[in-house]
Amino acid sequence: MEMKPLTRVILGLVCLLVAIWLVAPTLVVVPMSFNGNKSLAFPPQGFSWQWYQNFATNPEWSTSFLNSLRVASIVAVLATVLGTLAAFGLDRMKARPANLLRMLMLTPMVVPGVVLAIGIYAVYLDAQLVGTLAGFVLAHTILALPFVLIAVSANLEVFDKRLETAASSLGAGALTTFRTVTLPLILPGILSGLLFVFATSFDEIIVSLFITNPYLKTLPVQIFSSITRDADPTVAAVGTILLCATTILIGGGMLLLGRERKGRL
Amino acid sequence: MNPRPDSRGAAIDLESVIKAYGAFKALDGVSLRIEPGEFMTLLGPSGSGKTTTLNVIAGFTDVSSGKLLVGGNSVVGVPAHKRNIGVVFQHYALFPHMTVGRNVAYPLTLRGVDQAKRKARVATALDMVKMGDFAHRYPSELSGGQQQRVALARAIVFDPPLLLMDEPLGALDKKLREWLQLEIKRIHRELGTTFVYVTHDQEEALVLSDRIAVFNRGRIEQVGTGRQLYDEPATLFVGRFIGDSTVLRGEARSDGTSTALGIAGETVTAPRRIAGEASPVMLLRPEKLAIHRPGQAAGAGANRLSGTIAEAIYLGSGSKYEVKLADGSVAIVRSPLTGESFGLGEKVELCFDGADAKLLPDDSTADTTLT
Repeated sequence: MEMKPLTRVILGLVCLLVAIWLVAPTLVVVPMSFNGNKSLAFPPQGFSWQWYQNFATNPEWSTSFLNSLRVASIVAVLATVLGTLAAFGLDRMKARPANLLRMLMLTPMVVPGVVLAIGIYAVYLDAQLVGTLAGFVLAHTILALPFVLIAVSANLEVFDKRLETAASSLGAGALTTFRTVTLPLILPGILSGLLFVFATSFDEIIVSLFITNPYLKTLPVQIFSSITRDADPTVAAVGTILLCATTILIGGGMLLLGRERKGRL
Repeated sequence: MNPRPDSRGAAIDLESVIKAYGAFKALDGVSLRIEPGEFMTLLGPSGSGKTTTLNVIAGFTDVSSGKLLVGGNSVVGVPAHKRNIGVVFQHYALFPHMTVGRNVAYPLTLRGVDQAKRKARVATALDMVKMGDFAHRYPSELSGGQQQRVALARAIVFDPPLLLMDEPLGALDKKLREWLQLEIKRIHRELGTTFVYVTHDQEEALVLSDRIAVFNRGRIEQVGTGRQLYDEPATLFVGRFIGDSTVLRGEARSDGTSTALGIAGETVTAPRRIAGEASPVMLLRPEKLAIHRPGQAAGAGANRLSGTIAEAIYLGSGSKYEVKLADGSVAIVRSPLTGESFGLGEKVELCFDGADAKLLPDDSTADTTLT
């Protein structure tokens, strides 16, 4: 249907407004990171790279950044492997028990983060896991597992299992079939799960605030404690770096997947 | 029948094979010998056990009991990937993430064939199905018929002694199907391997097969060449499943050498009788029935039945009539283009020689299965 010019203009304006509303808070961070003064005031005054310098040289910042990187990497691998295995198991189970188990495994997504955090904290006090790498990895894996489960399950649902039958008729055993047929076809789901998991763990704050201690802080915890202590624009610099990193990561991933799909069309 | 002792194909023996799912028996004592190099079609309505039989041979389904030998060796308990049997599926089942060439090379890669030989054999197999120019395409870029030809190449490239096909042309339109039937026939001739083909289409079975096994309710009703099944059906089910037929039922009287059926006041006789308790029915092929206007009938001693034309179908090479008989049943008659033509509702007389009528035990279950 052809649109009237006026309708088109109004529609465009509304879209623009919503778009600005959505990205504005994010974009405010970028100019603030180049602030000349030690303040979080907006609009910023002057221009300097000092907050980026501070991020790179101040051990408080760089250590917490490395901590987050380490936790998120381990969680990404662990949750992706576990979540993929779980998705497979559920896919090949009878529908009724599978649905029950699936709901159970998705609860970390539904339960309020604070509630989960209190529970985890209580257990960690006894188990002496507060402020440990293992503690962070375990907690974040619980939170991240649903993302992998959902992404891989969605792929398995459209995966044609008859291809596995065909592979077996051509001489492929179960493992070879998985490696050469199943895995390549559900890889997009696994990769997007991995990406989600990494992001989830990297910017997780609620549970992390509970189980952190002065010896092990992740980046979000450091940002939070810094901003509650003083108005340090390093926070904005970190935010800008993360913004660029995620844009490159997600954009690159989408380009790669898009090219793959195009090749098969 | 067409056994080839010199063939590279494997013989298959099924002995009293039963496949039960709880109380339901998908296969209820199937015994079948398929000769090396033979083109055997498993024909039957859906749910008759033909696909289950194929899956049992391929190793996708375990048997509950019975023997299964391929090339003289028992394969019960041998997993599908160790049976070295080619399978073509109705849904093509090509790997979407591989090119045509890599799809066809897949079974060779698994068998450790080196790259030079692999390339040559893939090319040969693709040429055989006339898809040599498509090696670099992806399956999604091909039509259904092309995909199925690639699937066929992939199933024969590793020289299996046995090729199974599960309704491979079921998803294709009629013209393409007829052409591919001839292609499959040619490939069977060139390869000399044993082919087992599953279909519910009796015409397809007649075109392709050396022999046909007719399945019904988990059992084999009859095994034979197309001609044998058409001319000498062992059961009423087979007679009705293969080709058009008219079934006459009535009050039966038997005098030792002949059988008479009383149908709504008219009597027809056949110079035969059947053993056993079951009430006999007569099965007549359309070309054995002659159609006339009342009173103009020829042939002395011929059986006569009166009826009215219920349906007249022009076939190009002739006409096909459905004639409603006095007892309400419908007879099917084919008349040549040179013969008289009849209009709807017209009263006619059908004549046949009693010797042309097949006398078979009434198997009323056949009716329910066919509808």
